[in-house]
Amino acid sequence: MKKFLKQFKLPLGVALVYILLFVFSPDIARRSSEVTWEYFLEMAFILPPVFILMGLMEVWLPKDKIQKWLGNDSGLRGGFFSLALGTLPTGPVYVAFPLAASLLHKGASITNVVIFLGSWAALKIPQLMVEIKFLGLPFALTRFALTTIALIIMGLFMKAMLTRFPDKEWLKSRENLPD
Amino acid sequence: MATIIIIYGILAVGLIVSLAKSKEKTKIAFKVAKKSLLKTAPALLAMLGIVGLILGLLTPEKISSLIGAEAGIFATLTAALIGSLTLIPSLVAFPLAGSLLRSGATVMTISAFITTLVMVGIVTFPMEMKVLGKRFTLLRNGLGIIAALLIAFLMGVIL
Repeated sequence: MKKFLKQFKLPLGVALVYILLFVFSPDIARRSSEVTWEYFLEMAFILPPVFILMGLMEVWLPKDKIQKWLGNDSGLRGGFFSLALGTLPTGPVYVAFPLAASLLHKGASITNVVIFLGSWAALKIPQLMVEIKFLGLPFALTRFALTTIALIIMGLFMKAMLTRFPDKEWLKSRENLPD
Repeated sequence: MATIIIIYGILAVGLIVSLAKSKEKTKIAFKVAKKSLLKTAPALLAMLGIVGLILGLLTPEKISSLIGAEAGIFATLTAALIGSLTLIPSLVAFPLAGSLLRSGATVMTISAFITTLVMVGIVTFPMEMKVLGKRFTLLRNGLGIIAALLIAFLMGVIL
């Protein structure tokens, strides 16, 4: 029970906010519940296959190959490859987190994982089409170029930071994954 | 819909190849999947609730009234805050941003909204932390906010 409470304190806290909202502002509560339900349906369909894909990646992706393509010595080609992987038409960014964790575990560099996540969220090809339509080509192209530069700088900086100050707590939670 | 087709398509191909190669390893893959999904479940539930709360408060009309009306640095910062807080599909966000731009919002404000929307995810914090670690998440999103504001400023100057 105690363990359950500890594990679920965040969702329970959110549930409490909903209860208060239903008492004090039923209108907002109703709208919020509708949104939550919509997203729940979306995630219920998308997340199970994503986690199975992640499992398959953990089992099958050859560590030496990932290290070679996306690892610390993959250089410009690795960065470009990560950027391209992210732009593929797939799904919302929360789909990418488990996949990114797998890539990291298989030896991809932090820089490349940051580029991959950023490009997944910000530089998706189908999303760019919509952007061009509603905000114009100059807007979309400028944002694309500046974001690419920003992601590379962010990736390099984060790699330097996390190499010097590794997240020990997180590393410990991932010790017993298959290689 | 397209997302679902693509993901299930990739999964189907992956599973067929995996099963053909080794039943044992496929089983392990499912075990890994189940374990991580259960471990991430509390974070996912919290994320769902928070998305609802934020989008219940910040409807498209509300966003328009907050960042469409006035120009200047305050509108840009508000836009960045809203973009960081929300998780809106691009099919909703871009038309909204387009109409705000036409109704008088500045390029800087609109790009602050779009860049934070795609680069910073406060709502997805619980999940990202669970899967990629606290430090990674805080660094990535913190740097994302800074980068987004710089990009917005540059775009305001260039365009």
